[in-house]
Amino acid sequence: MAKSTIRLQAKLKNNVTQVKALIKHPMEIGTRRDLKTGKLIPAHFIQEIICTHNGEVVMSAIWGNGIAKNPYLAFRFQGGVVGDKVILLWKDNLGQEDMREVKIKKSRRRR
Amino acid sequence: MTLPRRSFLKGILATGGAMALGTSILPETVMAKEWPQNAFEAENVKDVLLKLFKTVTPKESNQIIIDAPDIAENGAVVPIEVTTKLPKVESITILGEKNPTPLVAHFNFANNADAWIKTRIKLGETSNIIAIVKADGRFYMAHRAVKVTIGGCGG
Repeated sequence: MAKSTIRLQAKLKNNVTQVKALIKHPMEIGTRRDLKTGKLIPAHFIQEIICTHNGEVVMSAIWGNGIAKNPYLAFRFQGGVVGDKVILLWKDNLGQEDMREVKIKKSRRRR
Repeated sequence: MTLPRRSFLKGILATGGAMALGTSILPETVMAKEWPQNAFEAENVKDVLLKLFKTVTPKESNQIIIDAPDIAENGAVVPIEVTTKLPKVESITILGEKNPTPLVAHFNFANNADAWIKTRIKLGETSNIIAIVKADGRFYMAHRAVKVTIGGCGG
């Protein structure tokens, strides 16, 4: 399988699972112009993000074009156990989408 | 991004969706909610609030903490962190007050999720970042000024 657009990790420390995601996406706002041709660059941005833990949604988001290019996102939830499945999915305004699944790992860093 | 992968994924989603990530994983409640185009296209904060929440003006609260740089050198990438001690947080909404379209993002949290979010946004010019928190059915807001040296919306 080709490389995923999503880099995802879910780490458990002190009973809190912290999910970090980095998504490769242009997040074009639709009002920028191509410097060479002067034509508008069409809007192309992620509109929906969903994250599940063992099949249950823990966080979902709707985005506009104001999220920075190659979006970074971090959030936390309670009740995760090492080895649990965490899935992140995105969908953009052009109907493209991608998903990534990881297992929760124990954090090696101390707080 | 290669095409075979794209169509492969689409195939999964269209046909084997139930198995991979279709109805079983993405509940109707989440996906059925239409992307609120009118709220994202609204050109001022008041309008966004009206389109997104329909009601009221959120109450100012010092219980919401917005962490962002005082001066953002590059408006195209402004790291922000929003958290709140308010109980029963349902959602956090982020707006860039002077962006051409202020609504940036709206995050919904399940009961077991912490009221904490970290991301990177674009700011067109020096402006307030506004965070609106829905907690226990009520709306609260806070803002934080960020000075932008290079705008994040130009060509």
